[in-house]
Amino acid sequence: MSEPDLPDPATEPNASTDVESVELDVFLEAIQRVYGYDFRNYARASLRRRLWRRVHGEGRHSLTGLLEAVLHDPQAMERLRVDLSVTVTSMFRDPQFFRALRELVVPHLATYPFVRIWVAGCASGEEVYSLAILLREEGLADRVRIYATDVSEQVLEQAREGRMPLDKMKAYSSNYLEGGGREGLSRYYTVDGRWARMDPTLRDGVMFARHNLATDGTFNEFHLVLCRNVMIYFDRTLQHRVHELFDVSLVDLGILALGARESLVGSPLESHFDVIDAESRLYRKVAG
Amino acid sequence: MSVVTRLVALGGSWGGITAMQTILRDLDLPDDAALVAVLHRQPIRSALADVLVRGSAYPVEEAEDKAPLRPGTVYIAPPDYHLLVEPAWLSLSTEEPVKYSRPSIDVMLESAAEAFAHRLVAVIVTGASDDGTAGARAVHRRGGTVIVQDPKSAEQAVMPRSVVEAGVADRIAPLHELAATIGLAVRSRPGPGHE
Ligand SMILES: C[S@@+](CC[C@H](N)C(=O)[O-])C[C@H]1O[C@@H](n2cnc3c(N)ncnc32)[C@H](O)[C@@H]1O
Repeated sequence: MSEPDLPDPATEPNASTDVESVELDVFLEAIQRVYGYDFRNYARASLRRRLWRRVHGEGRHSLTGLLEAVLHDPQAMERLRVDLSVTVTSMFRDPQFFRALRELVVPHLATYPFVRIWVAGCASGEEVYSLAILLREEGLADRVRIYATDVSEQVLEQAREGRMPLDKMKAYSSNYLEGGGREGLSRYYTVDGRWARMDPTLRDGVMFARHNLATDGTFNEFHLVLCRNVMIYFDRTLQHRVHELFDVSLVDLGILALGARESLVGSPLESHFDVIDAESRLYRKVAG
Repeated sequence: MSVVTRLVALGGSWGGITAMQTILRDLDLPDDAALVAVLHRQPIRSALADVLVRGSAYPVEEAEDKAPLRPGTVYIAPPDYHLLVEPAWLSLSTEEPVKYSRPSIDVMLESAAEAFAHRLVAVIVTGASDDGTAGARAVHRRGGTVIVQDPKSAEQAVMPRSVVEAGVADRIAPLHELAATIGLAVRSRPGPGHE
């Protein structure tokens, strides 16, 4: 197809990609320096997807075009920040995980007079309310304090409100039962128009606070840390930083719970943890 | 050989499991290639990998987050996660479903097109939605090869036909010829050491 001494477009390293990856580096560096938002160690493929959505959303044609918009218009930056975080969540996601929590983790937690739990990346709170319900049913609620954190103030505000779309409750309800729920989920909320309002007493031992896993340090010692479907948005480097953070934040024999397709395999911290249950991604920090 | 330099990315929905089994039975990949696949299915934990590995010459794994891409391995998207391809590893995401699908074929193909460009061979098999068409366009744009199961031989023609109608199909083959067509297409992509 191509002339002998012309480069074949099908085998040329694609110049456009190389330019784009430079643009991406510059972009992430710039918003970190100007706004303090540090996405430099987020996983690139999904970051690119969401950035390009904003490129089109702001009527631009390149990452550099988008950068111009966000550097000179804080509102454009705010729209970008909202679009960059994936906050999709649900109650009792992965029911078998909640079953494992009941069967394998609760008996261990019950040996402590007082229990501190950290839900890192709690989004709009569905996971936190699920956990609070589980602890109440297992008779632990009175001795537990849950620290629920996220980088996004918006989702924390929603989490504090404890309001979920009513049309989702049917699916949540079957998750709850599959996860070993002892009552009926409807016991824990009241209907308010198209919303389900979670029983406010579920929030009694819960503190919602802003915390950035990419930049902030530890703030307490915990018996259980849940961080599910948060680190999938990070690259390996940032994942390892967060593993380290959890390692120093856990008491000896403290438990770490990861998302359904996440693990510590290949992490420098792998040897600091024992696998409690591979299927439900539960780890125990080894003593010492 | 430990780096994947050429990639096959396959998408299908209705009937896709049977189609993929047929392909895996006959597939012969060069040593530097791997295969990633998105098949729509119910978001329940299933033994899809166990089903697919029967009769397959390659190990089949349900993708883990940040799993390094290893040559000679078949990766399938886990239920209820998008599968994204990076140059050396796989990434997962719980972003909203795209076209009612999570995993989404478009999401997988668009990221693979970015990561592998002209070293990518995309395959669209039987399916009842047009998920995959936008992804096939991206693959085409980035110089990859798009192979489509002949809609006439597909259990559900919607998905392959949509790609053909978009004008981005490089080859169209019936199911029993897909494995050979894929093997040839991958070998014609530049391998290790060729820029
Ligand atoms: C997909 S949600 C996961 C919610 C919940 N844990 C679950 O599994 O359903 C990911 C959450 O991580 C948060 N997040 C992303 N980057 C973060 C960071 N650097 N520090 C803390 N939270 C972060 C997002 O704001 C989002 O709410």
